[in-house]
Amino acid sequence: MSDAVSKTGRWIDLANPTRFLNLASVILPWLGGLTILVLGIGLWMSIQAPDDYQQGATVKIMFIHVPFAWLSMMCYTIMTIAALGTLVWRHPLADVSAKAAAPIGAVFTALALITGSLWGKPMWGTWWVWDARLTSVFVLFLMYLGIIAFTRAMDDPAKSAKATAILTLVGFINIPIIKFSVDWWNTLHQPASVLRMGGSTIDPSLLWPLLVMAIGFTLLFFTLHIMAMRNEIWRRRVIAMRRVAARGAERRTVQ
Amino acid sequence: MTGHAGFIFASYGASIVVLALLIGWIFLDQRMQRKALQELESRGVRRRSETKTDGAS
Repeated sequence: MSDAVSKTGRWIDLANPTRFLNLASVILPWLGGLTILVLGIGLWMSIQAPDDYQQGATVKIMFIHVPFAWLSMMCYTIMTIAALGTLVWRHPLADVSAKAAAPIGAVFTALALITGSLWGKPMWGTWWVWDARLTSVFVLFLMYLGIIAFTRAMDDPAKSAKATAILTLVGFINIPIIKFSVDWWNTLHQPASVLRMGGSTIDPSLLWPLLVMAIGFTLLFFTLHIMAMRNEIWRRRVIAMRRVAARGAERRTVQ
Repeated sequence: MTGHAGFIFASYGASIVVLALLIGWIFLDQRMQRKALQELESRGVRRRSETKTDGAS
């Protein structure tokens, strides 16, 4: 019982934006340093990795393409959880989290599309095809753009938060479609080879650099997300303080 | 194999440029918000939630 109370107590502490800012200033230097370290090791391992017996040196594109694609979906999942946080629990940081994550997710999705295209040209002989996997990821990119527009359309963050949360929740249907598109439809894109039943089909010499790069980019995502959340909290404080200052100035002129 | 080097460099290059822009934008935003907060605080502006505790001390 007392354990449950202290747990909810801690949960509420995290919901306090000031607590979050304090926590962020402690965590960020470590998280940023770890990101640089892991990405450095990952890049070195990627350079050392042997060529694929079929794809040759272009397999090097996999080491960035797969983490970008993974992050494009993870970011949307985080935004969906944040949307639930806004609608169900009215968590004060949920909307901040969703708004801060959207541009980062859009960038990773765009990079997954760009690197995929640059990999497709030498391996498939085409930059782009409108097949299930590529189209569903392109739809995800458009969803991100729509959500970014929604979060910035209204001056009052409380108003846009609810609309954005509903849009995000509806759009989540796209995530399983992306994941299973390679199994459900006939597509040029290769089927799942890392996370699949029966184990990975990638050789360990290529799988290890890929895993380290994926961890490195995931750390980069969280570093940037916490930084962007902190910026958003500060931005809302600046707006609130300007409002207080304007009201004060009004009162003085009336008197 | 060597004929594909251009595609590899292009994908790594594009990723570095795009990520650098994203990171640069976040840092720029951070500097702008910090500056605005400092400027407001130096003018003595407080948020409503802060005025209560400030009055007590």
